[in-house]
Amino acid sequence: MIRVGLPAHLRALARIDGEAELLVEGPVTQRSVLDALEARYPVLRGTIRDRVSGRRRAFVRFFACEQDLSHESPDAPLPDAVASGTEPYLVVGAMAGG
Amino acid sequence: MTGVRVLVGTRKGAFVLTADGKRSQWDVSGPHFPGWEIYHMKGSPADPARLYASQCSGWFGQVIQRSDDGSATWEPVGNEFGYDGVPGTHQWYDGTPHPWEFERVWHLEPSGHDPDTVYAGVEDAGLFVTTDGGRQWRELPGLRGHGSGPSWQPGAGGMCLHTIILDPARPRRIFAAISAAGAFRSDDAGQTWQPVNHGLKSEGIPDSDAEVGHCVHRLAMHPARPDVLYMQKHWDVMRTDDAGGSWREISGNLPSDFGFPIDVHAHEPDTVYVVPITSDSHHFPPEGKLRVYRSRTGGDDWEALTQGLPQQHCYVNVLRDAMAVDSLDECGVYFGTTGGQVYASPDAGDHWAPIVRDLPAVLSVEVQTLS
Repeated sequence: MIRVGLPAHLRALARIDGEAELLVEGPVTQRSVLDALEARYPVLRGTIRDRVSGRRRAFVRFFACEQDLSHESPDAPLPDAVASGTEPYLVVGAMAGG
Repeated sequence: MTGVRVLVGTRKGAFVLTADGKRSQWDVSGPHFPGWEIYHMKGSPADPARLYASQCSGWFGQVIQRSDDGSATWEPVGNEFGYDGVPGTHQWYDGTPHPWEFERVWHLEPSGHDPDTVYAGVEDAGLFVTTDGGRQWRELPGLRGHGSGPSWQPGAGGMCLHTIILDPARPRRIFAAISAAGAFRSDDAGQTWQPVNHGLKSEGIPDSDAEVGHCVHRLAMHPARPDVLYMQKHWDVMRTDDAGGSWREISGNLPSDFGFPIDVHAHEPDTVYVVPITSDSHHFPPEGKLRVYRSRTGGDDWEALTQGLPQQHCYVNVLRDAMAVDSLDECGVYFGTTGGQVYASPDAGDHWAPIVRDLPAVLSVEVQTLS
């Protein structure tokens, strides 16, 4: 089971308490995790990745295992600790706005 | 028992203010969607329990919320606003071509007849429509595809389509206004459009009476006289008597003809309201006095309405979508400020009182008259 941590605004929008838990078929990558997240919670479509381009929204960051994965390839494997559910994959609202 | 429901969109959530027909005691609910910008909320004239809200955030993009029970509960609906075909370019601030990119929904205009049909005006300027209650949106590309589209340029607030007026007498006629392209009219339900800016003069553009390029801030119409439109332009208050065929200035004795909102009395098509603002470099009222101005003559002659409004040290602004009128026998007028006050007048502007004083900055105000 993949664990995904979301910022408060997206938890409220998706009506999730705590972390989202997802089953991901095949390789565990940022793309496959986010695809599974959006399939489970369609209201999140467009809030993390741009609807048209599919790219990460500018003020959203992706962290896991104390690393910033925001600029990594969306198809690169996520760390084993994320794939095994030991560590969460974190979607973070970037600190911005002064 | 009649009453009103005032829908207030703010920088940090939505608020719903309700009162009976006296409009003196108010119930305040909210914030709904706390922390999100609510650019606009509006109810369906065909089903007052059906509300739509544009919820957005610089972080998480656009969400459209829908209520089927008058704001007690909300459900997110579709948020995919994809431009039709290859979007092409408009002009960027520096004059270079810039691809059309969806940013947010500024204005939602429900159909007068069908609760499931809603028009959405968006930034970058485009007009969308849903016919299934907000689940799916499709662009009406004829507006953005007008031949002048590549020359449109954003105003300081972005290139937004902020005004949509559906003509109650001619179901296929739609007016739209874009900052800073101007006013447009369709006579075929949004398939094709023509600019309707003849008579506008804007000194801030190279050709002051160009076909497009005017920074129109707001249009207003009285439903009983749909060929008459009033306009608050960046500078100048304007009027057309022929559905946009030609405009003439009606600023008259206003202390400033810069401003954002404009609205029309529910029962008197010649009674018009504006809120003069000092200038485009000073976005606050002249002399620190918050005054609504009313014309009972369709423009030119204006009177200051001050009873109950702060007449010193007031430096708030009133944004373009932040004024509305109800249709009770004695017309109520409402507006919200960037300082978070929402003022109501139950007597057509003669007397004002704040409903709330300390909301986040108000982006939009709409009112529903309930029976």
